Amino acid sequence: MPNSVRVLQISLRRRVMDRFMTALAALTVLLVLLPLGAIFAYLLYRGFGSISWAFLTQIPKPVGEAGGGMANGIVGTVLILGIASVMGVPLGIGAGIYLSEYGQNRFGDLVRFVADVMNGVPSIVIGIVAYGLVVLRQKHFSAIAGGVALAIMMVPTITRTTEQMLLLVPHALREAAYGLGVPRWRTTLSITLRTATSGVVTGIMLAFARVAGETAPLLFTAFGNQFWNLHANQPTAALSLQIFNYAISPFDEWHRQAWAGALVLIVLIVAAVSAVRIAVSRGTLAGVR
Amino acid sequence: MGVEIKVEKINAWYGKTQALFDIDLDVLANHATALIGPSGCGKSTFIRCLNRMHETLPGARVTGRVQIGDLDIYKGTSATQLRRRVGMVFQKPNPFPSMSIYDNVAAGLKLNGFSNRKQTDEIVETALKSSALWDEVKDSLHKQSGASLSGGQQQRLCIARALAVQPEVLLMDEPCSALDPISTGKVEELIFQLKSKYTIVIVTHNMQQAGRVAEFTGFFLLGRMIEFDKTERIFTNPSDKRTEDYVTGRFG
Amino acid sequence: MSNQAVPHPSFGGPEPDSVAREQVKTAANPLLGFSGGEGADTAFRFAMLACAVGVVALLGLIVYQLVTGSQLSWHTFGWKFFGSSDWNPVEDQFGAFPFIYGTLVSSFLALAIAVPLAVGVAVFITEMCPGWLKGPLSFTTELLAAIPSVIYGLWAIFVMVPLLRIWVQPFLARTLGWTGFFSGPPYGIGMLAAGIILAIMIIPIISSISREVLTVVPQNQREAALALGATRWEMIRIGVLRNARAGIVGAIILGLGRALGETMAVTMVIGNRPEIAKSLFAPGYTMASVLANEFSEATGDVYLSALIEIGLALFFVTIVVNAMARLLVWSVTRGLPARSNA
Ligand SMILES: Nc1ncnc2c1ncn2[C@@H]1O[C@H](COP(=O)(O)OP(=O)(O)O)[C@@H](O)[C@H]1O
Ligand SMILES: [Mg+2]
Repeated sequence: MPNSVRVLQISLRRRVMDRFMTALAALTVLLVLLPLGAIFAYLLYRGFGSISWAFLTQIPKPVGEAGGGMANGIVGTVLILGIASVMGVPLGIGAGIYLSEYGQNRFGDLVRFVADVMNGVPSIVIGIVAYGLVVLRQKHFSAIAGGVALAIMMVPTITRTTEQMLLLVPHALREAAYGLGVPRWRTTLSITLRTATSGVVTGIMLAFARVAGETAPLLFTAFGNQFWNLHANQPTAALSLQIFNYAISPFDEWHRQAWAGALVLIVLIVAAVSAVRIAVSRGTLAGVR
Repeated sequence: MGVEIKVEKINAWYGKTQALFDIDLDVLANHATALIGPSGCGKSTFIRCLNRMHETLPGARVTGRVQIGDLDIYKGTSATQLRRRVGMVFQKPNPFPSMSIYDNVAAGLKLNGFSNRKQTDEIVETALKSSALWDEVKDSLHKQSGASLSGGQQQRLCIARALAVQPEVLLMDEPCSALDPISTGKVEELIFQLKSKYTIVIVTHNMQQAGRVAEFTGFFLLGRMIEFDKTERIFTNPSDKRTEDYVTGRFG
Repeated sequence: MSNQAVPHPSFGGPEPDSVAREQVKTAANPLLGFSGGEGADTAFRFAMLACAVGVVALLGLIVYQLVTGSQLSWHTFGWKFFGSSDWNPVEDQFGAFPFIYGTLVSSFLALAIAVPLAVGVAVFITEMCPGWLKGPLSFTTELLAAIPSVIYGLWAIFVMVPLLRIWVQPFLARTLGWTGFFSGPPYGIGMLAAGIILAIMIIPIISSISREVLTVVPQNQREAALALGATRWEMIRIGVLRNARAGIVGAIILGLGRALGETMAVTMVIGNRPEIAKSLFAPGYTMASVLANEFSEATGDVYLSALIEIGLALFFVTIVVNAMARLLVWSVTRGLPARSNA
């Protein structure tokens, strides 16, 4: 049957339906992009309108006084994230190495499943766990408790991406190293992991970006603080907590500060992620053993 | 200096399937010995039993005795220490992509904990000269990644990398099958020179290549070694009918 | 390519040239006396195993903390806890029903809004849009997933809620008010606002996993449909969507899991009142929000324990939902990249 005949057989109704569904799908894309555009536009507009040097360098002023900033929150966020990374990154990478290098067995499948399922545990529940583990024992809120909560959230993502990245490294490279008499552990660290560095780091950054803006698990772990605090063992301010508290407050001045804080938070996340990505592509971290 | 290899009754398995049956073989020191045979007959499996690489695959198993120099490799010898004395070159060039040319050659030393900078420099230079790559790369040792070289250069880099740990034996599993004719010629010439210092076992399914580089040749078929003799004899006057069929191109 | 074609001068073995011979120096193996590293291998293996066990242990720890923490409440109220609507910290009376109700209603409302949009986006990106647009579009939709929850909440409070109050709710009340779902004073804040912001937040995960599933539908399924003379939409409906059904359902359930546990944005717009109302304009409360609002202020032991029990329930539901979704998605995309052996 010639092609032209077949085209003619497609009835008008069916052709209209085809066009209609295509248009409908395109419309859904527009509808989804709309809030994204609105959020970013408004964030930039309000954020840049409210940010100032004082905001970046001062701590909050008491209610009613103009000025002040979230410098303590910025530092606190960095502190908490640092603690979380120190605990979560090695554990996640180690488990990822186990899965890719030794984990072709039942236990490996269990670990994979647990990691995937843990990824879906609500962050507020993780907060309760960190509260029970750290705050209840120490009898006070602290950056460490917040760090523990965020670390628990980072581990599953890092584990799974590390595994996947290591599995992408050709087996031939491992064999090349074995053939030189290099022990297996050294091969794993200096050949396999090193070859996969940029992928593994991407996974870490994914996990990092995901927890950097987390608020719920910090509510009753890091708790927040109106003043400077650099002790990991004390209640600590965090940008996300401060944004939340200011957003639900009745004061216009605080609303402005919440927007400025949101802008800083987004910029911090983007900056951290891009900095590490650039460092990896430049090879600065390629020598990490 | 090269050492001799004595193989007695090697049997090897992948899971439940047996890939090698009762292989016996004596390899003379400082000579090149070629292993030929149709694809899938067990050449790679056999050569990987000589540096205990076979057992790194999940479910793989070996029985029998292999004596390399003074080492009884399946008895009381550590696999890693053995592999430092038995270098291996693979079918597909596999330089470490995240390392420079220099680091590739020095990898065996560095990753095994050898840290003398000056000595390493010397060894790297010697190894690259031995593998006839020095002149082509000496200006970009640290600048260029091992993976950026051409296929033939990569294979010579892999040879240099194997030589840098100063092995006594060099195992080569079809080292030229991924290379163009010119590079093949270079590597063959190299093998020819290297055998004065190393014992070489080379797998090839190219009979001319066996003829060009090896004094002795073994013919494998279906996991067994059918015949082993001087290369010349294997090609001109084999004693087994199956060998004759193979070298005259009647099958395989 | 055949190597046999190369004539080689050294056939038969002329003397190797003496310069090269000179270069092949003999040296003692520099690594003689270096350890073979067997002990380190075992130690390393156990260290990595310990990390993997650690991941499983983390889940165990979560369960342990939640179960022990909620014991008191469980013994005090039993099953009644989940059916009672009485939440009265002053008299130590706790019932979680309004929170469970609010969580379910807001999440399913979010699904009702998000699913058509997310699946539409996934279909458009994988099947309809020109190649050059695929990358930017998927990147942009995934950008939505990178925005912190608290920033969604901030935007919802100051932009979305006023829009709802001034435009959307009066319109809905006029047109659909008779159903009873859209009646009452238009505060802006309430269940509807929570559902909408949740929908925006779960669209990226549903659409990105649906996309993953759609791309693994074998090409021949598409070609078979086209060969029958199907239009593109018919091809998508018959050849693609039908084959990807299980995976898309998995993606949707995964989105549901996200919505059930989402905390900050919801807390900021839902109104936080433990009431059960038919109208979506009315304020509500979710399990996650009550934890966010009351956990650090919970004074009594029973109060704290009741909150932890809510956490346990939330955990349990999300685990079940996620496990189900994972199995569905795995059944379609099956497996990891296979390891290549020599
Ligand atoms: N990793 C493996 N797993 C299972 N069987 C294998 C594996 N590698 C090789 N074999 C089998 O062992 C036999 C010998 O293979 P091999 O030694 O690679 O042959 P050759 O190198 O001579 O072509 C073949 O039948 C092959 O199918
Ligand atoms: Mg082979």
